[in-house]
Amino acid sequence: MSKTTANALIKRGLSKKLAEKVAEKYTLAALEKLSDAKIKKEFGKDAEKILKVLGRKVEEKKVKEKKATKKKKEKKPAKPAEKKVKEKKVSKVKEGTIRERIIKILENKKEYLPVAVIDEMAEKIEKNGLEEKLEKIVEKAIEEYNRHLMDPYEACGMVAAQSIGEPGTQMTMRTFHYAGVAEINVTLGLPRLIEIVDARKDPSTPMMTVYLEGAYKINRDKAKEVANKIEITRLINIAEVETDISNMKVVVKPNLKSMERKDIKMDDLMEALKKLSKVEIKKTEDGIEIHPQEGNENYRELRRISEEVKNIKIKGIEGIKRAIIRKEGDEYVIYTEGSNFEKVLELEGVDKTRTTTNDIHAIYEVLGIEAARNAIINEAYSTLQEQGLNVDIRHIMLVADLMTATGVIRPIGRQGVSGEKGSVIARAAFEITVDHLLGAARRGEVDELRGVAENVIVGQPIKLGTGSVELAIDVKKLSKIKKVKE
Amino acid sequence: MKIDILKHELVPHHEILSEEEVEKLLKTYNIKKEQLPRIRIDDPVAKAINAKEGDVIKIIRKSPTAGISVAYRVVSKEII
Repeated sequence: MSKTTANALIKRGLSKKLAEKVAEKYTLAALEKLSDAKIKKEFGKDAEKILKVLGRKVEEKKVKEKKATKKKKEKKPAKPAEKKVKEKKVSKVKEGTIRERIIKILENKKEYLPVAVIDEMAEKIEKNGLEEKLEKIVEKAIEEYNRHLMDPYEACGMVAAQSIGEPGTQMTMRTFHYAGVAEINVTLGLPRLIEIVDARKDPSTPMMTVYLEGAYKINRDKAKEVANKIEITRLINIAEVETDISNMKVVVKPNLKSMERKDIKMDDLMEALKKLSKVEIKKTEDGIEIHPQEGNENYRELRRISEEVKNIKIKGIEGIKRAIIRKEGDEYVIYTEGSNFEKVLELEGVDKTRTTTNDIHAIYEVLGIEAARNAIINEAYSTLQEQGLNVDIRHIMLVADLMTATGVIRPIGRQGVSGEKGSVIARAAFEITVDHLLGAARRGEVDELRGVAENVIVGQPIKLGTGSVELAIDVKKLSKIKKVKE
Repeated sequence: MKIDILKHELVPHHEILSEEEVEKLLKTYNIKKEQLPRIRIDDPVAKAINAKEGDVIKIIRKSPTAGISVAYRVVSKEII
């Protein structure tokens, strides 16, 4: 029997006996999934009570569930969010009536519910014709919502750390995986999560998802055109390069078939070869001959030319090794190995609103800090989801908020967010103890004993929690109190 | 070619608050401007909407949990 399930049910208003009975058979999540009929069959006359705590009657069970960590952040934007709702609903005339009424009730009560909840309530009330009970439903929703808000002083960071950390222990250590049929290698699992949280400059396996617009989206040939422009093509990919030592020359024999496939013309090739320095280029019937400059005809020079010729970039974007086209739904999407966000966005035919990369720093540089925050949330969440771990997205949002709070991406960990401890004792407790203590003694540092670690060390109760306050006495006002008493 | 980054789906709606709005905001939460999260002055979005140092930017995010959530950032030059 799961104790947490039982406790949760008791909290929701079930009697202890019944809660334990239910918890013996189901977890909370499993219970939520059961249909009304099944519950009635299973528990007979108690079913009604169970259904009631599950929120089936009032049609707003979504508001419940989830962890208590919920909605801590959403509370803040109370007023502005409501304003936004008003603007939005103008366009939806029919739905607007119920929404409007809900919002009006909220305004009268001076309460707040997030837009998503209002939307869902409006939709379900309309569907089930519960308009007469509107007021009651809203009241109940407010009650539930407020109950699930995080309390002031709650250590939300601690909860987030544990909520991400515990499932993290179950992540696969095997790191490489093939993404879909595209055979693109991407880092997944724990190494990827560490990469995101550490805010590494370059991901170990950069990857882009390039969406296309207009005709490029539906026409395979046009999509291929874009893919060719993205994928880097070096001379060695489309031609054979031979070194002829006896005649002191490098011979380039283009492979016409692969040139056609990549949509490269002979002129493009010649143009690219012109960039070489200290050589003489001759075009012959079956290829291109490259000679070293006169007076410099030695073996070393020939080797240098041969290597340089092979690596000449003919087409494509620097950094992108491969581009693969896949059909998704009714549109073609290009997946790339390697990433160059800025350059790809500038290409014609690329959808500038949806194209994305897994390189968070590139997103930060091109789209700014808020986009980077979204990217961190998306990447971290999908990494966890992909491993089959259900971590509440609010925890990840908190992490992303913290990482981007200063306007730049800061890593979590010793070099970043948690490494900025002011306290000497906390720093000394962590690493290189003697150096820290010695340095602090020499500088005459003072430890205010504000953090957790230092208070544990000296044996005091710790201070923790978001929104915690310190009390102080206003001495000036103290004198006033005396007067009153006299 | 310059692309319009404000249209990208990863970029939420940003707008600069007027002075009265800033005052009201700070009063509601009883905080000082420096206590708000920051956005760099050379941030691409800050540049795109012509924000100046000290401006407060209101960000209307699409949230998977709340539908719409609102956040604020103050434009700052210094790096911390």
